[in-house]
Amino acid sequence: MKVLVPIKRVIDFNVKVRVKPDNSNVDLANVKMAINPFCEIAVEEAIRLKEAGVATEVIAVSIGTKACQEQLRTALALGADRAIHIETDLELDSINIAKLLQKVVEEEQPQLVILGKQAIDSDNNQTGQMLAALTNMPQGTFASIVKVDGDKVNVTREVDGGLQTVALTLPAIVTTDLRLNEPRYASLPNIMKAKRKPLDVKPADDFGIDLTPRTKLLKVTPPADRQAGIIVESIDELVEKLKNEAKVIS
Amino acid sequence: MSILVVAEHDNSSLKADTFKTVAAAQAIGGDIHILVAGSNCQEVAQQAAKVNGVSKILVADNAAYEHQLAENVSLLVTELAVDYDHILATALTTGKNFMPRVAALLDVTQISDIIGVESADTFIRPIYAGNAIATVQSLDNKKVITVRTTGFDAVASDGNAEVVAIDSVTDAGNSSHVSDELTVSERPELGAASIIISGGRGMQNGDNFKLLEGIADKLGAAIGASRAAVDAGFVPNDMQVGQTGKIVAPDLYIAVGISGAIQHLAGMKDSKVIVAINKDPEAPIFQVADYGIVADLFDALPELESKL
Repeated sequence: MKVLVPIKRVIDFNVKVRVKPDNSNVDLANVKMAINPFCEIAVEEAIRLKEAGVATEVIAVSIGTKACQEQLRTALALGADRAIHIETDLELDSINIAKLLQKVVEEEQPQLVILGKQAIDSDNNQTGQMLAALTNMPQGTFASIVKVDGDKVNVTREVDGGLQTVALTLPAIVTTDLRLNEPRYASLPNIMKAKRKPLDVKPADDFGIDLTPRTKLLKVTPPADRQAGIIVESIDELVEKLKNEAKVIS
Repeated sequence: MSILVVAEHDNSSLKADTFKTVAAAQAIGGDIHILVAGSNCQEVAQQAAKVNGVSKILVADNAAYEHQLAENVSLLVTELAVDYDHILATALTTGKNFMPRVAALLDVTQISDIIGVESADTFIRPIYAGNAIATVQSLDNKKVITVRTTGFDAVASDGNAEVVAIDSVTDAGNSSHVSDELTVSERPELGAASIIISGGRGMQNGDNFKLLEGIADKLGAAIGASRAAVDAGFVPNDMQVGQTGKIVAPDLYIAVGISGAIQHLAGMKDSKVIVAINKDPEAPIFQVADYGIVADLFDALPELESKL
């Protein structure tokens, strides 16, 4: 079966984001970019399904500027078979991303679509669910275990207070949580090999979808600054401060 | 304007979070209704009827909604959405699961995790794990919103709303519930704890996390870890606090042997009071800590435990 893995290029999780002085957005000029950590887990899960003989082909897809081909090459180096780049310079809202992905799903007919549960830039946590609704597929979000079993997939989900397992009829959508797996590193030979794997580029405009923005970003500000406090000299002083000054313990 | 709030519940009781989501609805302003979708959930409906400022409770009581399966609940909410301008749910795992489906079925984008309301179409939400705060205007005709409950104070429980049964049953038929495995722990969950004590790479190994347990037991605290401690294999990933782990904001956060990498700070810097215990006086964690102590954790932890 085919597995489709949509991935997003985002700021590297180790980089501290800075808000632009004019408060128009965060400043992404010259910062290190990477594959979104949850998307990386999605790629890893798809590759493991292929290694286990469950998946036959893993296709990575990304939507964005030409630069996101870098992340698609990373996915190919990790083990994806081919990649699709939907090129656009627009900042698309999740609903429009989901509509573009819906077209890819219609064309490729994957049995499983695995996405990261959220991107660490916009923190929306919605594209996977939206794609599931648009394609009328069931969804297993925030997955920590994925088990394909015949025409079903069992997904164990991280929910408030524990775990929930659901059974979904394939084709289905899975979104990844942190515990699903630990992504591998791409080896140098695989990075070299990835350069020769197929990567199709399609302009977003060719999909015939109205990509008009649904939101307007009015302002981005830094969060309220935290002032450094005091250094205490002893545990006794610490306990005393916590009890009597901060009043957080009794 | 009319607003539909989808209740967060477990078929027997209404979660306190719904009172906060209703506070967000009141900030938007309008006639507020609550939907209780569940199975044998009449008790929840009665509790919902008491939520302050709500005029009507819609109860969809059917086996199809017992486990809040996103496929079924989203169809129901979408059907009801015809009559509302705003649809709100709590940004917990249930709401995060079904609400984007509702948004997609209504052909709108969702405004996720709001922490403030500027006007009926403009909302405040954290992005980049809270390292930036965005003010976003929704241009869609209907607003589908999830509410982060740390941003709103619960409304009172002094209302008296009318309760109306919804007969419509939406069962997508492509998913089923298999099992629940709820964590049974003496300690609170990271997300719900009012005190958290976390260990970092300075703990040196997983066994040393036992040093945190005694303190956690005395304080009724949850135990967390930095990504460095997780990556080093000391503790499992579900203990991770940080941008790629859990984002927490307890009353008291005690960081032990944690240097304060950006990715960790992103997950805990909204805590009310932060304590740092680290032997390196230059560790960045001291720049966000209210109280810091420069000490070897292997001396400091036993002493702290004995003095609580």
